[in-house]
Amino acid sequence: MIPQSHFLILSAALFSIGIFGVLTRRNAIGLLMSIELLLNAANINLIMFNRFLGSSDGLGQIFALFVIAIAAASAVVGLGLVISIYKNVKTVLVNKLDMMKW
Amino acid sequence: MVNLAHLIPVFPFLAFMINILFGRRLNKSSAIVSIAASGVSLGLSIYTLVLFLGGHGSYTLFRWLVFGSASLDIGVIVDPLTCMMLAVVTIIGTLIQIYSIGYMKDDLRFSRFFAYMSLFMSSMLGLLLADNFIMLLIFWEGVGLCSYLLISFWFERPAAAKAGMKAFITTRIGDTGLLIGVFMLYFSAHTVYFRDLALLNNTTGPLFTIAALLIFCGAIGKSAQFPLHVWLPDAMEGPTPVSALIHAATMVAAGVYLVARCFALFLAHQPALIWVAYIGGATAIFAASIATVNNDIKRVLAYSTISQLGFMMMGLGVGGYSAGTFHLMTHAFFKALLFLCAGSVIHSVHTQDIRRMGGIFQKMKITGTTFVIASLAISGIPPFAGFWSKDEIISETLHSGHPYLFAIAIATSLLTAFYMFRLIFLVLFGKPRSDLHPHESPKVMTVPLAILAVFAAFIGLVGSPFMHNVFQSFIHSGIARESETAGPDYLVMGVSTLIALLGIGTAYLFYILNNKILPQTIRNRFTFLYDLLSNKYYIDEIYSAVFIKPVIGLSRLASRFDLGIIDGAVNMSAAAVVALSRVKAWIDRNIVDGAVNMTAWVIGLSSSVLRRIQTGYIQTYLLIALGGLTLIIFIKLIGG
Repeated sequence: MIPQSHFLILSAALFSIGIFGVLTRRNAIGLLMSIELLLNAANINLIMFNRFLGSSDGLGQIFALFVIAIAAASAVVGLGLVISIYKNVKTVLVNKLDMMKW
Repeated sequence: MVNLAHLIPVFPFLAFMINILFGRRLNKSSAIVSIAASGVSLGLSIYTLVLFLGGHGSYTLFRWLVFGSASLDIGVIVDPLTCMMLAVVTIIGTLIQIYSIGYMKDDLRFSRFFAYMSLFMSSMLGLLLADNFIMLLIFWEGVGLCSYLLISFWFERPAAAKAGMKAFITTRIGDTGLLIGVFMLYFSAHTVYFRDLALLNNTTGPLFTIAALLIFCGAIGKSAQFPLHVWLPDAMEGPTPVSALIHAATMVAAGVYLVARCFALFLAHQPALIWVAYIGGATAIFAASIATVNNDIKRVLAYSTISQLGFMMMGLGVGGYSAGTFHLMTHAFFKALLFLCAGSVIHSVHTQDIRRMGGIFQKMKITGTTFVIASLAISGIPPFAGFWSKDEIISETLHSGHPYLFAIAIATSLLTAFYMFRLIFLVLFGKPRSDLHPHESPKVMTVPLAILAVFAAFIGLVGSPFMHNVFQSFIHSGIARESETAGPDYLVMGVSTLIALLGIGTAYLFYILNNKILPQTIRNRFTFLYDLLSNKYYIDEIYSAVFIKPVIGLSRLASRFDLGIIDGAVNMSAAAVVALSRVKAWIDRNIVDGAVNMTAWVIGLSSSVLRRIQTGYIQTYLLIALGGLTLIIFIKLIGG
């Protein structure tokens, strides 16, 4: 049986990669993809703890399904926003999108 | 037969309203309005007299005021005294208004003059008809107002304006007494009706005496008795018809009328009556003595009026009700005539100084003749009017047991004859003393003179023994009195005639026979006396020093207090408020505004630093959020 710490290391690595991507990607599409990584790192943890804490009702799994559904929804909204931004300012690079500042 | 007496004052009042409202349009015909109104009043007065003789007396018109349990009825008194006075006032008033057409014909305020004259007639007639003190007071003030308006009729002249004020204020002093007297009478007797005065003859107590004396105060003011006589000579600044009507025949007689009207009250309270007698006597001799040296034709007559009014008061004071009222009537005629004659002379020669006149008789026959008749009447030469009435008063004083008053009466008669004929000789006879061009006045003036002269000559006969003292028994039918002497007193008649002739003779000696030397010699011999008389006993100066100067001084002091302290305080508080406001404005501008501005400045400064955080890059925000989260976890772990 794979020990608990491996799962934790995997999810932490995945989360760190996602954070790195969120903070460094210039492309808005890449940003959205990094957010997916963050959410999936959380999902791994949810399923792993459901398994290791010995609960039989599968609450963690159900929660993970919820997160996947919400992630899909947010990806839809996010991609829609990106398309809309692109139509208006002809770019998807977030370092060009600074019209919201003072 | 219908009682119409209450309408007598109404017609002149209507004339007043018409003339005051439409005078400008009516112009000369306003005289017709006034004279017509007076004529109607004259007719109604005679009608009232006839009714009265037929047995119709006083009557009440309507209830005017109700206060609590008391009430005041407006009524009309019709008794011998009122009937007599109504006739006198309306006859003289009508004649004088006719005369005024001529006298005032070039005046700018012609219709205004007649309006005032009508208002006066209305007030005077109302005064005579009033059956209670309240109405009497109202009309009393009415005649006072008209007197003021007419004295200062030529108000462009400062002297006339001042004389009007003087008359008003001086009579007001007496009126105050009258008002208090009426209050006291109401307080002690609970009545204001004249008809109730006769019921007071059983009352005693000083309150009634004081009330009577206070009522007499009103008479003193109105009838220009000493010490309130000072206004009447100055009142001569008014037009001469005014002097004749108001200040000789009617209004000044209102004081005598008041005493006669309240005679029952005075009779029941003898101390008050004695005061009336002595005040009257003092005034009579005092004013007559001033008249002997005055050189203004109208002022001589004014002092003569004061003296004669004093004479009437003296007659009433010694109990001679019919004597006093008889003289009141005769005096009204001959004194009005004297003033109108004087007016005619003034109208013709445009001066009032008798030293500049002389020899006018040749040029003004009618005026001159009537002037002489009036002077004979006032001097007491039989059979002219003044003789009979004056003789009655002298006789009353003789029988009253007051020898001083008898002496005063005789002395006054002598002085009266003297100063009147001094006037006659200086004005009408002798040689002209300056370059005047007298001419006879127009008919509209001489006809009233002639009519009045007839009255002045013969009106006295109604009170003479030859006509069985018709007047005395008539006037007595209203009021019963026992002490008056009945029957002619030939001794007194003889003495008074001799005295009058003596006065005239002295005047003749002084001013016709010896008109250069003798008056001058006497004047030089008695310089002190002459100065005293020609300065009117310095009464005006004394009043000025005792009353007027202190009042003015006090007013000045008050004014200074007002200007310095009160205004100063007001101004100072204003200045203090201004200074305080300046401080406040400074605080507002510098501290309050400064604080507001500083807040804004601080916020601006801090926000100019802090806004740099707001980069607009989404990754900056994420980084900060992550940093914050890390920080929270870190703190949690350490604290944990």
